[in-house]
Amino acid sequence: MLDTSPELDWAAVRDVFPILSEEVGGKPLVYLDSAATSQKPQVVIDALTYYYEHTNANVHRGIHELSRRSTVAYEDARGRLARFIGASGPEELVWTRGTTEAINLVAGSWALDNLREGDEILISTMEHHSNIIPWQLVARRTGAKVKYIEVDDEGRLVLDDLPALLTSRTRLVAISHVSNALGTVNPVREIVEQAKAAGALVLVDGAQAVPHRRVDVQELGCDFYAFSGHKMCGPTGVGGLWARKELLESMPPYHGGGEMIRIVGREESTWAEVPHKFEAGTPNIAGAVGIAAAADFIDELGFDAIAEHGRDVMSYAMERLSDIDHIRIFGPTDLAERSGVVSFVMGDAHPHDISTILDSEGIAIRAGHHCAQLVMQHFGVSATARASFYLYNSRDDVDRLAEGLELVQGIFGTA
Amino acid sequence: MIAGPIPPQRDELMTEPSLTSLYQQLILEHYRNPRNKSELEDHTVEAHVSNPVCGDEIRVQVRLQCDTIEDIRFDGQGCSISQASVSMMTAIVKGSNRDEAIQLAHRFTEMMRGSEEAAGDRSLGDLRALQGVSKFPVRIKCALLGFDALREALGEDSEAGPSGSRSTAGGRTLHERKAAH
Repeated sequence: MLDTSPELDWAAVRDVFPILSEEVGGKPLVYLDSAATSQKPQVVIDALTYYYEHTNANVHRGIHELSRRSTVAYEDARGRLARFIGASGPEELVWTRGTTEAINLVAGSWALDNLREGDEILISTMEHHSNIIPWQLVARRTGAKVKYIEVDDEGRLVLDDLPALLTSRTRLVAISHVSNALGTVNPVREIVEQAKAAGALVLVDGAQAVPHRRVDVQELGCDFYAFSGHKMCGPTGVGGLWARKELLESMPPYHGGGEMIRIVGREESTWAEVPHKFEAGTPNIAGAVGIAAAADFIDELGFDAIAEHGRDVMSYAMERLSDIDHIRIFGPTDLAERSGVVSFVMGDAHPHDISTILDSEGIAIRAGHHCAQLVMQHFGVSATARASFYLYNSRDDVDRLAEGLELVQGIFGTA
Repeated sequence: MIAGPIPPQRDELMTEPSLTSLYQQLILEHYRNPRNKSELEDHTVEAHVSNPVCGDEIRVQVRLQCDTIEDIRFDGQGCSISQASVSMMTAIVKGSNRDEAIQLAHRFTEMMRGSEEAAGDRSLGDLRALQGVSKFPVRIKCALLGFDALREALGEDSEAGPSGSRSTAGGRTLHERKAAH
């Protein structure tokens, strides 16, 4: 068991992630790509193994014992995650493959059913492509228009523009809770208040927030909240969409198939109750079990401790990296407005060259546009190097990163 | 019994590829002082290629006169490997004929696939400095991007295969070929 006292031993926490003992090119792995996907603790790996060794059967179908067990495990996991994000009940949580599918579900169901020509969808230029493209597709189908909240030079949303951007035609505001490219923490409640006053619904992309902070969807006041399991120590291929029951009930099905029906007729059929109405086909049962184990793991550590540790590592990273010559760090300088991400460029060393050199030292970072080309355009770069931190990272990892960047300096010089 | 893991290939048993073999001075020199990087207004063919994974982009413009590459220019942005490679390539193919340029692309691709014999080919000129890239599989497509643009402009199919940059996303090709004039 992990020690959950305030003096949490973070080295011991790191030790429960088997992959972090890997060596890369003969050097100990330093994993700084958790904004892409997090690593998995032993308890999550064990939960998946246990499921397949003792529980596996299809859900909601069989009378036999294993089917009963798997249905219980699957629905218990739903209840666990509903509590994790502050939902008022399990029926408000639809399992999806992840954040991307959750957003596409809202686009394909609610938006196509409700939006008309001339309606407006307000998003921002810091969105991940998964919170841009679905709305462009909806706009193309319905004649609605996509509008953007701009980003300032510190990578924060220009909220002064919000009153002018919100019009009587704004039907939906879709915004990230935490930016994957910059780490900016957006003031969701403030945005929700203004959007509500304008009569718009609000969707929050929580992919980068749920791993790092206590999310309470009711407190946020939004209408849809999307998240992924794999960024919060859970398996890939599972995530969720939260919405209030009445809203889910008002929405048409998204995919058709088994599991989501009540009675099937030749011409017309009726749908299962929410959330099952949106879960056609055999779901990712093991994934649900795995994400529930991840939620237990995170709660055992506690978000207060995770946030405190995260701030310590982040402040050290900002301090060490700011000292490096020719580095340009993007995003808010105030750490209260930044979560887990340091995005940067360095002299004329291209981010891919930086990443190759760091990789030779066993350090995994992400280089590229981070599926956020609009924010890259804002800062006039085509790519950045991004180091992203999570609960298993330490100040030692920051030191290794800084040493690796000195090696980049050595190869590329100071030009 | 299910077969065990595939034994490592000879390449993987070799010592770690070294960074010094990858980032040779000649590469950084071309990266910082690219040759033939400008617009070619009287080009006869051009091609624009990009690598969606990293966002690297290269446009190659060629003035062909009776199969002779009278002039060639490029524009682009990206990592040191992609930009140095295209710079070196333009310096070599300027003045050659179409078949020689295609042959150069072929030899360079062989070198990227690990052929020592191709790496010893003097016709590759400065491009031989990129031999080290062949030890970094994820970077090979960077080195081939400029050649992809050249082949595209000359109307020749890419032979890049799985390691090449002729990627598609969502079933849509990312290469645009445009014949001017």
